[in-house]
Amino acid sequence: MMKLSLGPILWFWSKQSVFDFYGKAAEWPVDTIYLGEAVCSRRRELKPDDWFDMARDLKACGKEVVLSTQTLIESEADLRRLRRICDQNEFMVEANDQSAVQVAARHNIPFITGPSMNLYNVASLKVLARQGLKGWNLPVELGKVSLEELIKGLRAEGLDLPAEVFAWGFLPLAWSSRCFTARHYNLPKDNCEFRCLEHPDGMELRSRESQELFRLNGISTLSGSRYDLMRELPDMERMGVSSVRLSPEHLGMDEVVKRFDQVRRGEAPATDPLQLVEAPPCNGYWYGKPGMELVGQGQSVP
Amino acid sequence: MELVCPAGSLPALKTAVDNGADAVYFGFRDSTNARQFAGLNFNDKRAGEGIEYAHSKGCRVFCAINTYPQPDGWEQWKGAVDRAAGLGVDAIILADMGLLDYAANKYPHIPRHLSVQGSATSYEALSFYKDNFDIRRAVLPRVLSLDQVRGVAKHSPVELEVFAFGSLCIMAEGRCYLSSYLTDESPNTRGACSPAKAVRWQETPQGLESRLNDVLIDRYGPGESAGYPTLCKGRFEVEGSVYHAIEEPVSLSTLDMLPKLKELGISAVKIEGRQRSPAYIADVARTWRHALDNMEARPDDYKVDPAWRNTLSGLSEGGLTTLGAYHRKWK
Repeated sequence: MMKLSLGPILWFWSKQSVFDFYGKAAEWPVDTIYLGEAVCSRRRELKPDDWFDMARDLKACGKEVVLSTQTLIESEADLRRLRRICDQNEFMVEANDQSAVQVAARHNIPFITGPSMNLYNVASLKVLARQGLKGWNLPVELGKVSLEELIKGLRAEGLDLPAEVFAWGFLPLAWSSRCFTARHYNLPKDNCEFRCLEHPDGMELRSRESQELFRLNGISTLSGSRYDLMRELPDMERMGVSSVRLSPEHLGMDEVVKRFDQVRRGEAPATDPLQLVEAPPCNGYWYGKPGMELVGQGQSVP
Repeated sequence: MELVCPAGSLPALKTAVDNGADAVYFGFRDSTNARQFAGLNFNDKRAGEGIEYAHSKGCRVFCAINTYPQPDGWEQWKGAVDRAAGLGVDAIILADMGLLDYAANKYPHIPRHLSVQGSATSYEALSFYKDNFDIRRAVLPRVLSLDQVRGVAKHSPVELEVFAFGSLCIMAEGRCYLSSYLTDESPNTRGACSPAKAVRWQETPQGLESRLNDVLIDRYGPGESAGYPTLCKGRFEVEGSVYHAIEEPVSLSTLDMLPKLKELGISAVKIEGRQRSPAYIADVARTWRHALDNMEARPDDYKVDPAWRNTLSGLSEGGLTTLGAYHRKWK
């Protein structure tokens, strides 16, 4: 049976909200939990030791815990945080940048790559396998055709590298040195007043025709529609996908997890995309279409 | 410091060489490079002619194969590396780890440069590429402040090339999927950002509208100059305000900080714009040649000639230039 994973929280939540969230997540039927700040170096509500403590608690609850690293590494301070995450021998690391691969490999820490690492072919996966890669996420802009080829290619090479797919949530699409939230409030990035805290699911960016295009979240830009591959789970199971990733939201996540769990167990039909925070669903990338599109809505699973 | 200029076509290549480029870079006429434009780029014959011309004038030639091959494209991308090697280029600019591995093993004697699309923003990332593929040089993404560039340069195991002038990409290059989210093509997959096939212009009672796969990117009032609808430079609504929520149409220019870049040990400055005309390339290459020569001759007394600034403003998006992320206050 495919594993369910909770990706790192991509938004900026208060310390208490984060503790509350994982307190509940400990009880959910998820197998793997990614912990840590993957977006912005200024988001430090939780100190490294807070994350380590939480990681141990969740591990004690039977969860596999992976420590996530920052996606855009720009400064010496970013590297210090990265080294701190790799300076342990209890947990795997989610590498979201080549810096993390380099540091993890040097510390002999096994790692999984997050969806922002550019892994488009088997040759690239082989390079990382030599460094200690234990699992990988499909880049979000790729779909099932490429994934199927990648899984087949890995098998042909005799490489056992479990594949994970970002299957639910707002897609992380871009990272910048500019903070778009600070920009909206006319604040310098270095003195952003942590306004992201006021937007626990980002800020909606709409076209002038009110089309929901993106969500601004500090230095990152996410999709305006929510990626939802619930109906595609049987497809993934058949292809040999090991794990599906659900990206945390601050409302209703327990329902999302419950529903995905039922579907992976074959206990419920994969219909009715979940609507929690209001946002249109999309699944275009999976079908080789523009990511924002929705293919086959309302049809039964093929 | 080396002046690296874009060559989108043979005439552009020759113009760049004639106007002072130390090196030019080109791509093949397909999606193996990150600037796939209709009618631009090179087939093998034209590339051969260009390389011969450049070499005869002492100019080096780099070939950019900097998109990410998916399984069904592997043979084609590998073939592009073979073609570049066969043509006798001075370096291959690569982004994909698999292709870097292939090139390092098959053509160890041909220098490998890490493309900006490889998205290396720290010296640890650079060390990864150096240790695994023995790259000689890396092009830094346009997301680092000057202080951050200093930090990277101090510990960098390889030569560094930075962007000097041209369109400003404000997302970490190689990690931006906004374009494929709207159109199915991105720089990584197809070498295209906001591809022309998805662009539509329309005069409406509200004004001239630009659309990308039917999404309204911008709407222009009377007399307002309209730019190409690169999606991150459109005007959108956030919490009731309509503005350039991601970035204004503006160009990057580092003319003012040349001595600083030299002091940091930067090996080369890169001009963006393989999609530009030979006339544009001529003006930009000549201006930067003057600036570099001037700086090399009198590094302590470098001053930007107002004439250079005028020339470059006339060639910039919206007539405006910025120091972009190099400027700490940039937001």
